[in-house]
Amino acid sequence: MTARSVAMTIDQVAVRFGGLVAISDMSFTVGEGEIVSLIGPNGAGKTTAFNVMTGFLTPSAGHVTYQGTTLTGLKPHEIADLGLIRTFQRTSVFPNDTVYDNLLIGLHRQGRVRLLDAILGLPGARASERKLRQRASELIEWVGLERRAHDLAGSLSYGEQRLVGVALALAAEPSMLLLDEPVSGMNASETHRFVELIRSIRDRGITILLVEHDMPMVMTVSDRIVVLNYGRIIAEGTPDVIRNDPAVIEAYLGHGAARA
Amino acid sequence: MRIVVTILAVAALASVPLWLRDPYLLNALITTGIFVIGAMSLNLLLGFTGQLSLGHIAFFGIGAYVSALTSLGFDAGLPGGFRLVHTPWPPVVGFVLAILAAGLCGYFVGLLSFRVRGAYFVIVTISFAEVVRLVALNWVELTQGPLALTNIPSIALPLPGFGELTLRTKMHNYYLVLVVALIAYLLIARLVRSHFGRAMRGLMENETLAVSVGIDVTRTLTIAAVISAAIAGAAGSLYAHYIRIIDPEVFAFINTVTMVIMVISGGKGSLAGPVVGGLIFGLLPVALRPVMAPEAQWIAYGGVLIAILFVLPRGIVPSLAQRFARRRGTTALAPVALTETGAKEPA
Ligand SMILES: Nc1ncnc2c1ncn2[C@@H]1O[C@H](COP(=O)(O)OP(=O)(O)O)[C@@H](O)[C@H]1O
Ligand SMILES: [Mg+2]
Repeated sequence: MTARSVAMTIDQVAVRFGGLVAISDMSFTVGEGEIVSLIGPNGAGKTTAFNVMTGFLTPSAGHVTYQGTTLTGLKPHEIADLGLIRTFQRTSVFPNDTVYDNLLIGLHRQGRVRLLDAILGLPGARASERKLRQRASELIEWVGLERRAHDLAGSLSYGEQRLVGVALALAAEPSMLLLDEPVSGMNASETHRFVELIRSIRDRGITILLVEHDMPMVMTVSDRIVVLNYGRIIAEGTPDVIRNDPAVIEAYLGHGAARA
Repeated sequence: MRIVVTILAVAALASVPLWLRDPYLLNALITTGIFVIGAMSLNLLLGFTGQLSLGHIAFFGIGAYVSALTSLGFDAGLPGGFRLVHTPWPPVVGFVLAILAAGLCGYFVGLLSFRVRGAYFVIVTISFAEVVRLVALNWVELTQGPLALTNIPSIALPLPGFGELTLRTKMHNYYLVLVVALIAYLLIARLVRSHFGRAMRGLMENETLAVSVGIDVTRTLTIAAVISAAIAGAAGSLYAHYIRIIDPEVFAFINTVTMVIMVISGGKGSLAGPVVGGLIFGLLPVALRPVMAPEAQWIAYGGVLIAILFVLPRGIVPSLAQRFARRRGTTALAPVALTETGAKEPA
């Protein structure tokens, strides 16, 4: 592993739901500009970890630090303001808005102007609005949804909605992006395109933490992999190390369940 | 296209006093106009953020009382032997203070209730309206309680160089209400089409996703509540200076219900909805008066509301717009809005 500065530190995080231990004593770091994958069977605690990192859940113990800021007690929108942006495992779009308007909503962080300026239609607010519209078009083009731009997001196919979800997250200008099973429900060619997309996101200097079940994809795209089982980290390393780790093969791949 | 319809509608409304001479009808139009402004303010919350203010009349009533008291003056005792004394100020100042006071109340109600959403806001607004009503009823020294504040002066517009114009006639008041309604309409239109309006829309459609891209729920909803309450306060002030008498009955729950009916029938979440619904339910009593006792009228209202929603389930304006668009082969119109809340909990 090359020496790079740490973007995110997860330090002894535990999450309990009543009696159920969803995560116990989880510690790992993600370096700036790195692509790290968090894998593990269903129910291992991956989404729960995302919820902790983005302020949707308060951990029972431990804490998460992002670029020097401890996230404990911050609300989701405040964490988003630090540039830490996530996508959701279940499809999540603004269904009654067009794809284009979805992105305009996603560009919220870029479009903050004084309310009075917006109401009075002052030049500053107008210029900001023009910039947002242009940016929205660029993002739509970037994920390849130009032909769907003026359709309602709720009317799109599952795979297309997942792309809208990623475009929305990118609209928020992340410095780190958390992707929760982004290619589930995508066909092979869509998945292939998506891998290219992830690489180009990383090439823009955006750190990526990926949760994904698609093993071939995880193995090609990741710099490093963290394996979770029953809320516990059982292995951590490069794709080659993980592929040959007996504990991982036993707990995860070994059950013949690439889609566990 | 839309702008042409708007200009024609405004021109038609502006022409009314030129050909309508019946003072009773003109009076009904003025009070209806005032309630339309209230309904528009309610729609800003209910239609564009999904939050139901069931005590909305409180902001209207506070505007009415603040404006009336500012222009009448008062001398009321406070605990500890202090006295609260105010000599009358011009009604226009009362109008401005009404807007500020109602907006401030909107701020506190929002602050109290938007940390948790759903039924919370409904309950806080209902309780707030009841508390304000009790204050108006029992702080007799200030408000005259059930005896009502009477002889409230009409609004006088300062005309530089010409002294001032006191708006005493029905025609004057009609135009005053029309102008304030237009300003409120344009304000709300600008607001919901702005960056801020998109944040409100995002929160209503899928709150989890909205906060994940950096939208601050509490702040967004509170600002919406402040603006909504301030507009309702302006309507209350117009009411006080037009009717010129005001008592605690203004806070009656039924007045909020009337505004809700106006919004729902016309179409929540549409700009013109509360105007259309407001005109129908504001003028319905005029049509029903010759044929029905006042008590029976409420039953008729219910009947009319059900009939409208049966034929046009999303309310008059959105449902007709949808049909119109479908006939012209346009599909880019939202299906039933407001029902889709998206995933509440991140999975
Ligand atoms: N809000 C919740 N309340 C109770 N239990 C939960 C909640 N969220 C997740 N869990 C449980 O925590 C465990 C981990 O879930 P999750 O993080 O969604 O797993 P993964 O994303 O790895 O499939 C599961 O057993 C799940 O049932
Ligand atoms: Mg999951």
